[in-house]
Amino acid sequence: MKIVTVRRISQVFFFLLFVWFCIVSTVGERFWQLRGWPINWFLQLDPLVAVGTILTTHTLYWPLLWALATVVLTIIFGRFFCGWVCPFGSLHHFVGFLARRKKKVSQKIQLNRYRKAQGIKYLILVVFLAMAAFPSLAATLQTGLLDPISLITRSFNLVLVPIADKSANLISVPQRFYEGAWLIFAVFLTAILLNLVIPRFYCRFLCPLGALFGVIDGLAIWKIGKKTADCVNCKLCEQDCEGGCEPAGNIRISECVLCFNCLDGCKHEVIGYQTRKSAAGETLPDISRRGFALSLVSGLFALGAVRLSNKLGSNWHHKVIRPPGALPEEEFLKRCIKCGQCMRVCPTNVIQPAGIEGGLENLWTPALNNCIGSSGCQLNCVACGQVCPTSAIRPITLAEKRGVGEFAEAGPIKMGTAFLDRNRCLPWAMDKPCIVCEENCPVSPKAIFTREYFSTIRDGILMVKDFREQRIETVENNLISGKFATGDYYCAIENGRRWKITANTQNSIEISSENISGKILAESSKIKIQIRLQRPYIDIEKCIGCGICEHECPVSGKKAIRVSAVGETRSEDRRLLLKG
Amino acid sequence: MSDKEYSNFGRRQFLARAGKAGIAIAGCGIASYLLYDPTGPRPGVKVEDLVTLADFSVPHKTGQTMSIVQGSDRAKTVDKAIESLGGIERFVKPGDTVAIKPNVAFATPAMLGATAHPQLVAEMVRLCYKGGATKVIVTDNPINDPTSCFTLSGVGKAASQAGAEVVLPKTHLFKYTTLTDGRLIRNWPIFYGPFYKADKLIGISPIKHHHRAGASMSMKNWYGLLGGRRNVFHQDINTIIAELAMMVKPTLVILDGTEVMMTNGPTGGSVSDLKRANTLIASTDCVAADSYGCGLLNLNISDLPYLAKAEKAKAGTNNYKSLNPIFATVS
Repeated sequence: MKIVTVRRISQVFFFLLFVWFCIVSTVGERFWQLRGWPINWFLQLDPLVAVGTILTTHTLYWPLLWALATVVLTIIFGRFFCGWVCPFGSLHHFVGFLARRKKKVSQKIQLNRYRKAQGIKYLILVVFLAMAAFPSLAATLQTGLLDPISLITRSFNLVLVPIADKSANLISVPQRFYEGAWLIFAVFLTAILLNLVIPRFYCRFLCPLGALFGVIDGLAIWKIGKKTADCVNCKLCEQDCEGGCEPAGNIRISECVLCFNCLDGCKHEVIGYQTRKSAAGETLPDISRRGFALSLVSGLFALGAVRLSNKLGSNWHHKVIRPPGALPEEEFLKRCIKCGQCMRVCPTNVIQPAGIEGGLENLWTPALNNCIGSSGCQLNCVACGQVCPTSAIRPITLAEKRGVGEFAEAGPIKMGTAFLDRNRCLPWAMDKPCIVCEENCPVSPKAIFTREYFSTIRDGILMVKDFREQRIETVENNLISGKFATGDYYCAIENGRRWKITANTQNSIEISSENISGKILAESSKIKIQIRLQRPYIDIEKCIGCGICEHECPVSGKKAIRVSAVGETRSEDRRLLLKG
Repeated sequence: MSDKEYSNFGRRQFLARAGKAGIAIAGCGIASYLLYDPTGPRPGVKVEDLVTLADFSVPHKTGQTMSIVQGSDRAKTVDKAIESLGGIERFVKPGDTVAIKPNVAFATPAMLGATAHPQLVAEMVRLCYKGGATKVIVTDNPINDPTSCFTLSGVGKAASQAGAEVVLPKTHLFKYTTLTDGRLIRNWPIFYGPFYKADKLIGISPIKHHHRAGASMSMKNWYGLLGGRRNVFHQDINTIIAELAMMVKPTLVILDGTEVMMTNGPTGGSVSDLKRANTLIASTDCVAADSYGCGLLNLNISDLPYLAKAEKAKAGTNNYKSLNPIFATVS
């Protein structure tokens, strides 16, 4: 079998494996659901994730040890990951192939030539790593914006899978929604369409992971090169060169993605995969000292500029409600790679990709939006922390989330606090019974409690014409028949006594028989029609900010009860109540 | 077009082109005529194709409308309760498709009593097959995430292990209905799909405290049939519960008071919210079942206005004693 055939099989295999992991990232027990599938494997193999978190946290989180395997294999074989494994790379490879399929050989050679701009990706890498590396300035992990594995994971899980599953509902019962998914899609589509301009545009010019491999590739033991200088220079080796690394000339070894198309294309057996240097010479990454310095400084200042919004200080955004188990904000931003795994796995779909309202760094990080999904954050669920590849959301246990057992002293994890908007709440603002929020509060005892209030309705003071047994006839004869018979209306008299209304006509009301003795209502005395309301209150000590109340509140659009992140336990400086 | 072609443009070509143009013009004209809308859009609610939930009830048998069984083992009490009403054969005929609607509203474990007990659901499924059912469906449209509710409550697993098909509330299973004598259920989506092909309908619900409605029992269990923004009905909870009892005519309801949620309902969340009452009620009249059930919550019938409303609407009786319920005890 030809080596390019083996490569194609490998690409198809890893691409399908990636798609499979996207499908099985569904909480459940069936074989096509989460169970024990290693859905983070591609993210763990990704050394950019490992290097990035090492720079920000100075530790290597254990599942990311997989990246060591990738690095070791890269040192031995070169950029095999790009050409053989990376699902995003394979996608570009395929689209680029389709786009140039019918072009002439000369055009193909022209398309796949080396361009100086391929050095841009190294500068992008430097910018990202500069932002990550200097804790004195801030240290934030933004590699996820362009890290190909984060990018394709996010694009598949938050855009393509929900669209594909929209009408079939095979993967999830209610349709999945992701706020701002259009932007994720726009980035993905742009990256794909750029293959029509230049094949593997993303890999060659933008990919920071490719750049990292390019740097490591300088150490590679085996590499592509000319076995002898005895070459007719037909350039056929360059017609399908995926990396644009000019194997015919002075090969740019760090651009080579190991596609082996040159080996396959060479009719004179000049090209080899060898330990020797190419007979025609080879060069390493094309980064100038000036470019490096400029991008380093740019990265540092860019981060400084972003942090000037003070979104980590007093100007933090109250709607950035992090999932349970999320680290304190600063530590969180050092680890989150915006891969979207937590958003994908969340069974209620409440974890959403954030926009930039919480700061530019916040883009595509997870935040709870209780207006989307099938419920707020479910009390008995810790799925997000279990799948987080970098432990930006810690893999907490149910006991820790709920503050029971050994965590009883620490208490439950609060994601925020619910606040009642009394101007929108039905029992508070509109004299209508409701308390859906109270009913759905999952905490025991409930964090939402009610106080009974009897509110005299508009035009609700009536004059008695006659009173017999349980029936009061009124002077007014314009009541709406049956309106007060819902079980929530009461008739009150001046001394404070009150009876439930069981029925009414246009000019009479019937009251329940309890506690009535004798004739207690004189003619021409006043009665009040009151509605019994249970007005909700929030016990801030009990509220965990799960948002189920907000999700269920019938005042839709802008809910009458809304969670904001203040009071979250992960951060001391966002605490609301005094301790103890 | 070159000069030569231009000069050769003869009558024949002209006619061909004129013909094509004519067809195109006629096509546009016909399409405009067919699509012509002289009024423009009108305001108001579009009335969907309405469906009506079938009547699943079985013929009345005096003295065998309701049974109340004491015992701690749900499988045994439900067996006894159904046996004393005439056996499962009275309710399930060979070849029937039976839909079971347990209350699976919340994603909480069975031990917290906020959902129908999996053991009870499994036993009911088994009984239905014993009665000759060819298919048993277990379904609900929960409040929390549907998949999580069926998984965490254990109802999903118990039902499928007993051989039932679990149907989750997918969007296409909802259809609009209007309750003829109803005020609230008008042109409203209900979870119709699983009940469309069913011959029988059995409701299974625990007895729970409910802060707004007073109690959540077998009538309130039908809330799970409502789709759309059903929470708005809490403004008039008694009317909606009564209308649900009018809309749903079940074969049988099982009201489970083995453990009663006395406080913090309807979600509960702690075993301390539960009280053991070791009582299970089976009835063909859900109003009667609830009028007995409220006693286990230390409530009077007048505390639950929906009972009177449902009786007034002839959905059942709230004077369960008039049915001469059968009392039994199993050990």
